[in-house]
Amino acid sequence: MTKVSVTVNGTKYDLSDVEPRLLLSDFLRDTLGLTGTHVGCEHGVCGACTVLMNGDSVRSCLMLAVQTNGAEITTVEGLGTPEALNVLQAQFREHHGLQCGFCTPGMLMTGEDLLRKYPLATDDEIREGLSGNLCRCTGYQNIVAAIRSAAAMRAEKMP
Amino acid sequence: MKPARFEYVAPATVDAAVEALLAANGEGKVIAGGQSLLPLLNFRMARPAVLVDLNGIKELSFIELRGDRVAIGALTRHREIEQSPLIASKLPVMAAAMRHVAHLAIRNRGTIGGSLSHADPAAELPMLSLFYDAALSVQGPAGRRSIAAADFIVDALTNCLEPEEIVVEIEFPVLRHDGWAFEEVARRFGDFALASIAVSVRRNGAGIEDARVAVMGVANTPLRLRTVEMQLGAIELNDQTSDRFSGLVTSCVSANGDLHASAEYRQHLLGHLARRAMQAALSAER
Repeated sequence: MTKVSVTVNGTKYDLSDVEPRLLLSDFLRDTLGLTGTHVGCEHGVCGACTVLMNGDSVRSCLMLAVQTNGAEITTVEGLGTPEALNVLQAQFREHHGLQCGFCTPGMLMTGEDLLRKYPLATDDEIREGLSGNLCRCTGYQNIVAAIRSAAAMRAEKMP
Repeated sequence: MKPARFEYVAPATVDAAVEALLAANGEGKVIAGGQSLLPLLNFRMARPAVLVDLNGIKELSFIELRGDRVAIGALTRHREIEQSPLIASKLPVMAAAMRHVAHLAIRNRGTIGGSLSHADPAAELPMLSLFYDAALSVQGPAGRRSIAAADFIVDALTNCLEPEEIVVEIEFPVLRHDGWAFEEVARRFGDFALASIAVSVRRNGAGIEDARVAVMGVANTPLRLRTVEMQLGAIELNDQTSDRFSGLVTSCVSANGDLHASAEYRQHLLGHLARRAMQAALSAER
């Protein structure tokens, strides 16, 4: 058993007995009860479990909970609330960027990181950025539209 | 789909990591970014008794110029290489290849030392290590030794490391070339390549005086095509050059097939990518 001190969505957790083989995805869902992070393939292919670690998107099924010692994690629960969606969440709603919703937390967390790191000036660039996240409902059209719209809003805000 | 039980150690120095591997008595496994190892642990295809986590060894993360070589620390993340102005100016083929390395979330976490050690036959960095004739510095109980990339990659998913050795850094000689290109096709952008080629040339009037060519996705390991490099010296630069280059590449490679693509398709694709890469390399004013 290993000690882990990690901040998740602004709340600090000090745990003294984390089993080393516990995946970050299971730690978030089962230990902390944050079930917004979805578990799909558990081998890094589907992207559903994507969260932010110190601001960078990572697959939580490809990390051990003990590796987050000292880190700050943001999950979909940390983006906005049902009453006050964040910009990207609002664009997903506006553009109908989700159907069953299973891939949506991973899409949102990936989108947040893409918006921060890439110009996303063309749909090709958005699609390249989303290539690591699988959606079986939407055909991706409306997810791309939501991110395109969020990127345009970001561009307007910049001087 | 959960890892089997293991003991976890997170050393702060390379020396301590080597000690931990020694203490594990052959049952230890090093984890860096974990983007290839975690799937293997989740599937229980790998069941180490001790996992030695290198992520706390800060001195293994750097990119620096050393004369005519670029040295990259083994723990440097793919995303850092993708963003590095030094890589863009000194190792442009690597810079062009980085966006093909998996997906953003994996580039944020995956490391160059890990990718080289995993030695996937369709991964960009092992191919680039052959392309640039890189030298890997590895540390074990007997100290450090240097291994040429061509010796390091033994077979598919197989390197030449001893159980207690760790890749510490990799040196890439800078090519004094004036044209280059990197081309790749995968089933899904960022997935492992069905076929890929890297080309770099230095032109001299009507001909090519120096060339580098490497391919991947078509054999058990990435391949540097030295025969083609030499043959290019005898080729005239004209509107047939790219076609002739494509013919040279496909004549010295016999692609493997698997469930993702047949041998015939990969062979055809490689010829097409070779033509496109040489066109791009020769059209560039660099």
